[in-house]
Amino acid sequence: MADIAQSGPKIARRPTRVIPIVEAVLLALLIAMPLLVSDFLTVIITRMIILAMLAISFDLCWGYSGIMTFGQALYFGMAGYVVALLANKTGFVQFWGVIPIGMATGLLAALFIGWFLLLGKRTPEIIFVALGTLTASYAAERMVAGWQWVGAGNGMSVFDFLKIGDYELEPGIVFYYIAAAILVLVYLASRYLVRSQFGLVLAGMRQNEERLAFFGYKVQVFKALVFCFAGMIAGLSGALYAYHEGFIGPGSMGIVLSTYAVLYGLFGGAGTLLGPIIGVIAIESISFTLSDLDAVKSFWPVVLGVILLVVVAYKPTGLLGFVLSQRERIGTFGIGTARRDANPRKSDDGAA
Amino acid sequence: MALLEVQGVGKTFGALRALDGVDVSVRANTFHGLIGPNGSGKSTLLKAIAGAHLADDGTITFDGSDITKMRAADRARRGLSLKFQITAVLPELSVYDNLLLSIQADEPVWALVRSRSRGEAHDRVMDALERFRLADRADDLAGELSHGLQQWLEIAMALMRRPKLLLLDEPTGGMSPEERRATGELLMPIKADCALVIVEHDLDFIKDICDHLTVLDQGRVLDDGTVAEIEASPKVQEVYTTRV
Ligand SMILES: Nc1ncnc2c1ncn2[C@@H]1O[C@H](COP(=O)(O)OP(=O)(O)OP(=O)(O)O)[C@@H](O)[C@H]1O
Ligand SMILES: [Mg+2]
Repeated sequence: MADIAQSGPKIARRPTRVIPIVEAVLLALLIAMPLLVSDFLTVIITRMIILAMLAISFDLCWGYSGIMTFGQALYFGMAGYVVALLANKTGFVQFWGVIPIGMATGLLAALFIGWFLLLGKRTPEIIFVALGTLTASYAAERMVAGWQWVGAGNGMSVFDFLKIGDYELEPGIVFYYIAAAILVLVYLASRYLVRSQFGLVLAGMRQNEERLAFFGYKVQVFKALVFCFAGMIAGLSGALYAYHEGFIGPGSMGIVLSTYAVLYGLFGGAGTLLGPIIGVIAIESISFTLSDLDAVKSFWPVVLGVILLVVVAYKPTGLLGFVLSQRERIGTFGIGTARRDANPRKSDDGAA
Repeated sequence: MALLEVQGVGKTFGALRALDGVDVSVRANTFHGLIGPNGSGKSTLLKAIAGAHLADDGTITFDGSDITKMRAADRARRGLSLKFQITAVLPELSVYDNLLLSIQADEPVWALVRSRSRGEAHDRVMDALERFRLADRADDLAGELSHGLQQWLEIAMALMRRPKLLLLDEPTGGMSPEERRATGELLMPIKADCALVIVEHDLDFIKDICDHLTVLDQGRVLDDGTVAEIEASPKVQEVYTTRV
């Protein structure tokens, strides 16, 4: 990688930063996409944007906090069901209400699950958390599949559109830009969190959890907070999804979608926030293409599985790992050295 | 009353009685050396004090409260700081961030989310970097430091917490004689602020800096006293000449 300056050994050693470039490229694509593709594809891509939030919620848990959650769809699906029920049983479809309700649903569900799984007396094993979240997701899927009031196995259609005032938000270009704006906000909020001094604790925790306890940190509390925040984002994503697809079913709550959330994160590159977004784009584009290709139509999931396996086995840091150094992925958390002397007290999000 | 009072502490690993009725008393602002042959229970005792594991019996009182069963994080919050025998800096964080992580441990969670103390902590981090001769390595990853410098970083991290009692397990392990001397110099000034319990095999080093020594052997206190007393102790002489 090219050195960017020769002015001193410190700066010369620092390689070009990749994250801002990837951010800029993705943002440009996000803005330009609907202008470049058909209305049909705009709807498909809107779905990817919504799923990207689910993927980010997984990454916050696993990539940043070491919580192996195999049940992220639970919060997604539960929020979807709650807003669908509200629409169908009470006719409430206002955007400004639906979004917070979706978020609150995800948050509360995650608080409930996290309480049991993370806040026990002893630090839980990764496998315990993985199985616990998986079981919760599976149980919820089975429960709604057998519950007539919420449509049982058929799920529920949402016939009304989401409304902002009197404006009806149909799937299409406006929905796209609203979802895109929300994704940007979710990304920025998550980035703010993981690059804060709180994020430093998470980074330390990933490297040596026991050590942090000897500083006086209650690591479980940090984990539980991230887990709840991630649940809230998954809930937001699920609420949007129910309206965008006009449907919510047991599958949106269960282990298949939960596993997809894991795959998005690992395939794109965990612990980066951008990786999961790339993971969603890559996996959804590949499956969209494969399922349409006559030659592989009947066994495309197998082909997809093989592709995922090859990438994750060959590159554990995921697609983004091809361009992103470990050093940059972890980042720095103090006031940047370059800015230190210039303006020590003013630090916005001074992380690399 | 002493700052730290260890009374009748025992710890068993399977069939092994690693600590057997150990009494140690450490006064504020003193340097207390813990010596003894390999496997005599020195690290086990430090871990029981810091909360890395719990004592099976006996009591540990620190600064007026019984901490025998307390969690490590709570002990740390009361002013106990430990440097493990195996260095445990966070290798993939910069030296600077290692120190910041240690400083900010008392902040409430919301203040951390909002990064409120980043600016304030900066000056303290820079001071510590200067003091421990790490200033020009601030941006390097802690894992890239030499073993000796990692030890210094860890001592600096432990001190950043402004502890009342610092526990150091073999801080000069793997250091050159030159680095050892420097470590002693770095430690002396802290006596004004806190007490120190230090485990060391280098007897010359420990005699230089400690006021008081406790000698462990096979999980029991063999002898206890000032440096002069221990040097003159026939019991200690025997263990150190026949078995080390
Ligand atoms: N977690 C453990 N499980 C089983 N045995 C242990 C454990 N920790 C220590 N021991 C045993 O307890 C005894 C005391 O160990 P300890 O580490 O306290 O000795 P030490 O005095 O620190 O020795 P050294 O000078 O080699 O560091 C040893 O026999 C050791 O093998
Ligand atoms: Mg030891």
